[in-house]
Amino acid sequence: MRIFVCIKQVPDTETRIKLSADAGKIDEAGIKWVINPYDEFAIEEAIKFKEANPSAQVTAITVGPKARVNNALLTAMAMGADDSILIDSTESLDGVQTAKALAAAIQKEGGAHLIYAGKLSIDGSTSAVGPMLAELLKIPHVSVATEITYSGSALTIKREVEGGTMETYKVNTPALIAANKGLNKPRFASLPGIMKAKKKPIKEIPTSDLGVTGANSAVSFSQFELPKERAACKMIAGDAKAQAKELVRLLREEAKVL
Amino acid sequence: MKVLICLDFQDGHLKNSTQELLTVAGASGAEIITVAFGNGADKISDLGDWGIQKHYAGTSGALAKPSPEAYTDAIHKVLASENCDVVLGSSTTVNKDVFPRLAIRMDGAFISDLTELKLAPFAARRPMYAGKCTAAVNIKDGVKKFLLVRPNQLTISNPKKGRAPEVATVDGAATGTELTDVAGGSTKTLDLTEANIIISGGRGLKEADKFKLLYDMAEPLGATVGASRAVVDLGWVPHSMQVGQTGKTVAPSLYIACGISGAIQHIAGMSSSKVIVAINTDEKAPIFQKSTYGIVGDIFEIAPALTEEFKALK
Ligand SMILES: Cc1cc2nc3c(=O)[nH]c(=O)nc-3n(C[C@H](O)[C@H](O)[C@H](O)COP(=O)(O)OP(=O)(O)OC[C@H]3O[C@@H](n4cnc5c(N)ncnc54)[C@H](O)[C@@H]3O)c2cc1C
Ligand SMILES: Cc1cc2nc3c(=O)[nH]c(=O)nc-3n(C[C@H](O)[C@H](O)[C@H](O)COP(=O)(O)OP(=O)(O)OC[C@H]3O[C@@H](n4cnc5c(N)ncnc54)[C@H](O)[C@@H]3O)c2cc1C
Repeated sequence: MRIFVCIKQVPDTETRIKLSADAGKIDEAGIKWVINPYDEFAIEEAIKFKEANPSAQVTAITVGPKARVNNALLTAMAMGADDSILIDSTESLDGVQTAKALAAAIQKEGGAHLIYAGKLSIDGSTSAVGPMLAELLKIPHVSVATEITYSGSALTIKREVEGGTMETYKVNTPALIAANKGLNKPRFASLPGIMKAKKKPIKEIPTSDLGVTGANSAVSFSQFELPKERAACKMIAGDAKAQAKELVRLLREEAKVL
Repeated sequence: MKVLICLDFQDGHLKNSTQELLTVAGASGAEIITVAFGNGADKISDLGDWGIQKHYAGTSGALAKPSPEAYTDAIHKVLASENCDVVLGSSTTVNKDVFPRLAIRMDGAFISDLTELKLAPFAARRPMYAGKCTAAVNIKDGVKKFLLVRPNQLTISNPKKGRAPEVATVDGAATGTELTDVAGGSTKTLDLTEANIIISGGRGLKEADKFKLLYDMAEPLGATVGASRAVVDLGWVPHSMQVGQTGKTVAPSLYIACGISGAIQHIAGMSSSKVIVAINTDEKAPIFQKSTYGIVGDIFEIAPALTEEFKALK
């Protein structure tokens, strides 16, 4: 049983974003790169699956520049993934090209029993790659999963949609699940885990072997802007009652939002 | 240009988020066709106001209940007979399941969470890095566009023109996924992503039960209550209420942060709100640097006083 976990490397959430001189992208100097937080839930779920099904082989897979994303794969393997696939790309690929690269690589490996991904990345945040990959592989998907119950080839998956409504879906493997926070508690990589990870195989596949290039990306971004600085905060003095009264007056008369 | 809009409706009326999309499409002079699913999708009362040429409704079979898979199939069928250049929807959980699949199926381009949009000529922007910056979105000419727009970002202007469109039926199948249960949820308050006013609480509230103070404050305003991650991690409120880089990114007209310090991850998720109010005992809390109005004070005193003021507005 082949299990794939799609992981993306993203800037740490503490990162203060600065723009490149031409504002065509962000300035990546000094950024600390981490595994996308939602992908940690995906990795944990895959490892838990393997613990329950020892014959399963868990492969972490990523698309990105080798020089940095190698680390993300090492972390995933230190947590417990068996091996990795690194699709080395320094080009900016859009969601479609990224999903096509992942799909082609997974097909080359003989397909998947289950694929885990995150519900979205915290940098590009399009929530696209999971469903696109499932579509390319012609398998069902359920996104924003917060609970999975396994029973043979049947999976029961809970997710929360707008307004706090909980939906429960049934799917059969092969399927793709995109994880939300709450699905599980991702483990930390242990010291022995980190040592072992160094010996686990990382297979490199160039994007050219997968029929994918940046030139085929239909979507691109430009003219980056930082949020506009606000005028200095207007502090409201007085006792609680006076502060409340004055705030409501300002919200009505000055800001006109009430 | 021809545009297909996926409608969201409630109690027989178009949601505001959908009216925003209709406004954008109308302004472009495009031919507009629409599609909606579920019970009542064929009986939306205000369809006639928007110059819609044709409306497709899927109300039975797999389309009777929420099914991203069946919706995908149905929209794909509509697009097979209607050659559209643009497909528009609101950035909802279901649409984020449906639109990426359609983009693959139809060799198109997909982008979500647009906060600015014009169709002719195409111009769009969206947040990047979960709100830490924004960027212009470019899509290659001639590629079909599958676009999701964040609710509550665009203006609504109802042309009140035309007549009710012809309504056609569409069907869709789901073979891989089956919805077996739907539970909970309230339609009384808007979701955080749609809310016009949000009142969020943080660790300064001291305990879970004290969130009641915020619900009391929200009630007279019809506001939605949100939270910082700290209190989600403490288990006081569910993750669906979390605002921030690893929660929801929101941009209401008014955001009131109660007992929230203003960590970079929280700010990322709410800094594009129009007006931000911070209530915090610590005058040095970073949240004040991002706020329009600030109150240095104890939330346990300020919240009841504000609730009285909000009630008096009614
Ligand atoms: C600086 C910058 C430049 C960008 N340039 C472009 C561009 O030119 N054109 C464009 O369309 N997009 C661009 N993107 C957006 C983004 O990197 C790509 O679209 C990317 O293909 C994935 O989309 P996403 O980040 O929205 O991921 P999502 O679709 O939100 O990710 C969902 C899940 O898919 C999986 N996943 C996503 N990406 C990968 C990956 N690389 N490897 C393995 N699994 C993955 C993960 O499990 C993730 O949790 C850019 C992003 C940034 C931050
Ligand atoms: C990977 C990662 C992702 C994260 N994602 C998010 C995210 O999406 N969203 C998010 O919010 N955080 C996120 N965080 C957490 C973030 O770093 C902060 O820890 C968190 O936002 C702090 O929450 P808080 O402001 O409620 O608590 P605190 O920082 O503890 O602040 C409490 C505030 O309450 C004030 N206070 C105390 N008593 C009172 C009173 N009686 N009346 C009024 N004020 C009072 C205090 O002065 C203080 O400023 C993330 C962190 C990491 C590492």
